[in-house]
Amino acid sequence: MAAYPRKTEATGLLGWVDERFPVVQTWKDHMSEYYAPKNFNVWYYFGVLAMLVLVIQIVSGIFLTMHYKPDTGMAFASVEYIMRDVPGGWFIRYMHSTGASAFFIVVYFHMFRGIMYGSYKGKRELVWLIGMVIYLALMAEAFMGYLLPWGQMSFWGAQVIINLFNTIPFIGEGLSLFIRGDFVISDPTLNRLFAFHVAAVPMILVALVFVHIVALHTVGSNNPDGVEIKALKNEKGIPLDGIPFHPYYTVHDIPAIVVFLMAFFAVIFFAPEMGGYFLEFANFEPANPLKTPVHIAPVWYFTPFYTVLRAVTLSPFMGTLAMFGAIIMLFLLPWLDRNPVKSWRYRNTAHMLNLAIFAAVFIILGYLGVKAVTPEYKEMGVRMTEIYFLFFAVILAHSSTNRGRYLVWFVVLAGSLIAIDFWRYNPDDLVSAAQIKWQWVWPIGYLAVTLLLPFFVKGCNAEKTVPERVTS
Amino acid sequence: MSNSIRKWIFVLLVPIAVIGVIGSVGSGGHGVALQSANVNLSDKDSLQRGAKYYANYCMGCHSLKFSRYNRMAEDIGLNADNGFTDDQVTAFLKENLIFTRDEDGKQVKTGSLMTNAYSPKAAAEAFGTSVPDLSLVGRSRGADWIYSYLKGFYLDDSRPMGVNNTVFKDVGMPHVLADLQGYQTLAHQEGDDHGAAKLVLSKPGKLSAGEYDRVVRDLTGFLAYVSEPAQLSRKMYGILTLLFLMVLFGFAYALSKEYWKDIH
Amino acid sequence: MSDSDSNTVDVKRRRLLIAGTSVVGAAGTAAFAAPLLISWMPSARAKAAGAPVEVNISKIEPGQLVRVIWRGKPIWLINRSDQMVKDLPSNDSRLTDPASGVETQQPAYAKNPTRSRKPEMSVLIGICTHLGCSPTYRPEIAPADLGADWKGGFYCPCHGSRFDLAGRVFKNVPAPTNLVVPPHFYKSDDLILIGEDGGAA
Repeated sequence: MAAYPRKTEATGLLGWVDERFPVVQTWKDHMSEYYAPKNFNVWYYFGVLAMLVLVIQIVSGIFLTMHYKPDTGMAFASVEYIMRDVPGGWFIRYMHSTGASAFFIVVYFHMFRGIMYGSYKGKRELVWLIGMVIYLALMAEAFMGYLLPWGQMSFWGAQVIINLFNTIPFIGEGLSLFIRGDFVISDPTLNRLFAFHVAAVPMILVALVFVHIVALHTVGSNNPDGVEIKALKNEKGIPLDGIPFHPYYTVHDIPAIVVFLMAFFAVIFFAPEMGGYFLEFANFEPANPLKTPVHIAPVWYFTPFYTVLRAVTLSPFMGTLAMFGAIIMLFLLPWLDRNPVKSWRYRNTAHMLNLAIFAAVFIILGYLGVKAVTPEYKEMGVRMTEIYFLFFAVILAHSSTNRGRYLVWFVVLAGSLIAIDFWRYNPDDLVSAAQIKWQWVWPIGYLAVTLLLPFFVKGCNAEKTVPERVTS
Repeated sequence: MSNSIRKWIFVLLVPIAVIGVIGSVGSGGHGVALQSANVNLSDKDSLQRGAKYYANYCMGCHSLKFSRYNRMAEDIGLNADNGFTDDQVTAFLKENLIFTRDEDGKQVKTGSLMTNAYSPKAAAEAFGTSVPDLSLVGRSRGADWIYSYLKGFYLDDSRPMGVNNTVFKDVGMPHVLADLQGYQTLAHQEGDDHGAAKLVLSKPGKLSAGEYDRVVRDLTGFLAYVSEPAQLSRKMYGILTLLFLMVLFGFAYALSKEYWKDIH
Repeated sequence: MSDSDSNTVDVKRRRLLIAGTSVVGAAGTAAFAAPLLISWMPSARAKAAGAPVEVNISKIEPGQLVRVIWRGKPIWLINRSDQMVKDLPSNDSRLTDPASGVETQQPAYAKNPTRSRKPEMSVLIGICTHLGCSPTYRPEIAPADLGADWKGGFYCPCHGSRFDLAGRVFKNVPAPTNLVVPPHFYKSDDLILIGEDGGAA
């Protein structure tokens, strides 16, 4: 602990405060003397953008709460009251609805940045884990917020999600009853989810973001080269490739924030429904527990996991497990990817392909989630789910560039895929059998690209030397 | 320099591309081919005609319970900008649009919500179903759907009201615009695919086909407006916001460039 | 970042750009905050509820008080009898503001001895100017609790403020000013619209 009385260089009001609270030191530690690598690229904007969206959501949310009524008899009307009668209300509501989608867009880019540059490596596992918990909290927050307008999609979306708990053996029925507080989704459900949405989860989110940043500033930021800048310091102990976060990155972030706001406000003012993806058309009808909408799909940011849920038809519980498993796997990434090289810039070609395919598969899963199920799409959902989970095995296989291991991994993974296909194959079910017969190419092709290619083609397995200093 | 410009192009294009992809996936979804309504919400005369038709033909059963008379009048051009005084607007509303009365039998005030006295119970007895409020039909179904629906009634003896609809199969509602349009019959029906069916006017009404289309377009435009009154002004705010942000970008970009001269 | 760089730094240009970005950014933040704050203004619903109220006064008997609600406040319409009007000036010496000198308490057309457009018909906001209670109507002459001088008026149960039948406040009571006369006008002999001046303010 610091000596008493605290010593401070600051004078005046700042000095008065600094004797009692470490403002100067905090400012130095996190802004003016926090040395960030000088080679950040566009991918590094998404962190600050996520914070910006969090602020937008909290501010717009507070003002919406002043006019919204969490009561099944009044909720829908109070949202329309905000849209029509409250001065400026439509703008506040569109900010919040657009902000929800913007949050996920930004966070998905932010997460992929971390995967590309191995930002969970080098004592950064906790940064990644806290980030994943933020992502989970965000999904919970978004789900609960979506119930509040009490439209058709609100009601039926919540119906489906809460019924997921039903699938848990033994305790499921009781658990979902407990969550709803009624035999159907009704007033108590709306009221408790409202409380969580406006009070509990936002507090947790803000606290987690704080912890996320403290953890990051303790270990220091990674960068596109994956070089630890703290390894090389000048005589004053300042990293050679580090620059003070303030002023250099504060001024660097402002133009990016402005560009983001351009896109954000363009949606708010020109396409607030975003073609039915930010605000679903069916949600403009009040909730009707007696009539399910014809086409029900979750909001776009949940659809990749929704496809995983639909793909696993073994049992409802297994589907639920697979869906949550898909998220849990991301938590494990720091312990699956054991390769010491952080950035994909210096990893082998197979690893780059692996990440690119994973991103594509995630988008395809999302696309399939908004589409009605046809035999093609259904089987494709299964195959993309397979690739999604195989990705984590391949990441593990790529931990070393030992080519012999690639072959072993390929045989094991492809073998299990074929075994699953034999087990799924039912010649009497002509339609799905025909689909299984050709769509096996997706996961097998994926394994061939990521494991066989570097096995046979030496160039695709070659890692580059990580430079000592960052490249500009 | 060229590197940083490339970077900014990327920064600009990524969100636009994401938005574009999401937006393009969004279209489609309706099973039946719809006719394009082509409504123009800046055409105040059309909106005013639409409001009048709505009050006369629809409002008896279908409320617009989230909308207010005076706000609606203001938005469809009955305002000071067009030379109407408050008293004139009130008189116009009371003569042409407000047919609803309060419990004392007095005409409701101009600031009232556009509800009606038609009870859900009476509706259930008459039509076997509830009569929906149409405040948001322009958003939940879309303008094209409303337009196609109002043009899609045809004679069908098997239905209680004697009519069916091409875009709303087995609709419970009668063809209230029949005196204007007349009656259509289904020329040929191919299975259950109502979209492929062709409608032929079998009993002409008071209006020609073109005139009827205009009436339906006015009504559709009015409902599209009612579903989101803010849409009349928000695009203007959008342009102002984007122009402002461009100025801010200029300053912020120059500031960033200036500081980053230090970094080698 | 080394010290030698500071020689080449154009400090003036930096200050200018910081100022420019801050000013434009602050303007943007203000523009962003505006709709949030404006959302606190009365909504269309509140305005509709606060719309002018029309009252038919033909059925109000002499000496009778009728209450209506305008903007959530009680509005009194009192049809004063001839005797009541005649008694008003007799209170003047005991009143704080007998000539309605405080401009904010009534529109110009009610700044007269009866504080009304028509002598017999008084229109008042029934809220005590002390702390907002609604006074009681006490039309009787010289009741035991109010004293022999009482010519009819209003008595506030909260803190004992007294007003005469024109809403004028007596001396030595907590209420500082006369009761407020709301804007109103006669649409016809029998119809009063409360909430608007009818142009003739």
